[in-house]
Amino acid sequence: MLNWITEHEQYIYIVILMVFLGIEVIGRVPSVLHTPLMSGANAIHGVVVIGAIIVMGKAEGDNYLALVLGFLAVILGTLNVVGGFVVTDRMLGMFKKKKN
Amino acid sequence: MQLLSIIYLIASVTFILGLKMLSNPAAARKGNLIAAGGMALAIIGTIFLYTDDSGQSLHNYGWIFGGIVIGGIAGTFSAKKVKMTAMPEMVSLFNGMGGACAALISISEFLHISSTNKGFTLYPPLSKLGNSINGNITLSTTNNDFIFQLIIIVAGLIIGSISFAGSVIAWGKLNGKIKDVTFKGQHGFNLLIFGIVFFIAVYFVIKAPASIDLGDNAHLFISMITKNATPIFFLLFAFSLLYGIFFVLPIGGADMPVVISLLNSFTGVAAACGGFLYNNKVMLTGGILVGAAGTLLTILMCKAMNRSLKNVLIGSFGGSASTGAHNAMVGNYKEISINDAAVAMSFAHKVMIVPGYGLAVAQAQHVCHELEKMLEEKGVEVKYAIHPVAGRMPGHMNVLLAEADVSYDKLLEMEQANDEFKTTDVVLILGANDVVNPAAKSDPSSPIYGMPILEVEEAKMVIVNKRSMKPGYAGIENQLFFQPKTCMLFGDAKGVLQKLVGEVKSL
Repeated sequence: MLNWITEHEQYIYIVILMVFLGIEVIGRVPSVLHTPLMSGANAIHGVVVIGAIIVMGKAEGDNYLALVLGFLAVILGTLNVVGGFVVTDRMLGMFKKKKN
Repeated sequence: MQLLSIIYLIASVTFILGLKMLSNPAAARKGNLIAAGGMALAIIGTIFLYTDDSGQSLHNYGWIFGGIVIGGIAGTFSAKKVKMTAMPEMVSLFNGMGGACAALISISEFLHISSTNKGFTLYPPLSKLGNSINGNITLSTTNNDFIFQLIIIVAGLIIGSISFAGSVIAWGKLNGKIKDVTFKGQHGFNLLIFGIVFFIAVYFVIKAPASIDLGDNAHLFISMITKNATPIFFLLFAFSLLYGIFFVLPIGGADMPVVISLLNSFTGVAAACGGFLYNNKVMLTGGILVGAAGTLLTILMCKAMNRSLKNVLIGSFGGSASTGAHNAMVGNYKEISINDAAVAMSFAHKVMIVPGYGLAVAQAQHVCHELEKMLEEKGVEVKYAIHPVAGRMPGHMNVLLAEADVSYDKLLEMEQANDEFKTTDVVLILGANDVVNPAAKSDPSSPIYGMPILEVEEAKMVIVNKRSMKPGYAGIENQLFFQPKTCMLFGDAKGVLQKLVGEVKSL
């Protein structure tokens, strides 16, 4: 176990720091922005699409099951990213308009 | 590979910066664009620069770009087309897609390490040893690494599947396609399914890997997946989906935003699992960041509604006992005509509008803005009192009113509004119910007791627009409607507002 921790030290650091950062960074968000913030965070976890791209890109050319699964994963992941950012931008665009 | 590391570092920073700026009204839009830019950079970088441990770069470019183009077009199209009122369910659906993506990655990786006829996996950098091994074998210096990899795959599968199934149910519930389903012993049943998922997961992690120690001197393990592990893996997949469905099914519509926010943070953690799997730091950073921020946001939302997360997840809103108690208090209510309502507002000094979800479903925010302008021309001061959970999500109502060009400084948050109700002549409640229910202050047996509300009864007169006397989303009777200073104005919010605008104009 101790061995394992030393080996993955970097990752454990990242996880711990990101937990605190994630909490700190949105700690004082006004309730007005809860919905856009949720939507924006939703787009950011679309980073999972990178994993899908790696799966897809590593699949052997004749392994159709892997290709189809990877393909589906890339589509869904991209939907999450693109849809998420566009929807958030649309919401925030409305905030901006009425400000001037 | 070095360039890619730098790209990932930049992308991680943009995510953090983006989230930070998203919490500030002035910078929010820019923050979103910055995070999107970082994401685009990370995706393009991965496609062209990624190499695995043995130095192989990616192939199947046709499939990758095909998927990105299809997903990109579908995502842009649905995000642009969706009505602002349907925003919460859209976010939920996108979240589900991310969860499904994470689950599919886990499935692909499992099939990859368990495939019987193909290739070999070199896990960590064993390519250095120059070994050429055939078959379904993973080599590592300790078998811990292999087990760790399996745990991550299983975690990604479970969390991703729950997030996917749950988000789809939440989406269906918000747009009315799926009704609340409650049955006796539901919590026990859910707990049982969760127990089964947990048990299968542990069983799988213990039973699936088979490792052979090559000898004390070599410190080399050969690990592989046992044959009968595959059906267990898919059984785990099925039960995770099932749990996701039954987890969201009993939760009432009023609590749905909290659930979406929670599932949002789940997907973040599922994405982070992918980060562990591929030693990919940007996935890890983005995933954990969203996991943490999403959890905090969930708690903030619960606080705004004065509900504990446990209550949201276990107790469905509006228990039968308390609704029964309130029915006894039902008395007489009085109705007001459009004409009288128009007169009352036109000759008031200050009118406070309390918008609720009824306004949103009727798409009446534009007419509402028109009424506001009309009244202002007559010298009436008009403001909006926004409860933190008005609409279907915290902040949802602000977005809707912003869409209708309502000026930002007319929107009062709850505390400000409560200070101003005393000097308000007429309060116009448009399709809001639970957020103005005095039972939250006065009746400890009420399920919403303790929730901060808009204290509209402080004003001189209250006009309530509702479609009927039906209780609100939480299913609780509202004594406000039976108070002497309250008048009911029945009808669809849009129709009523249009008639009001006409009346006010003609006065």
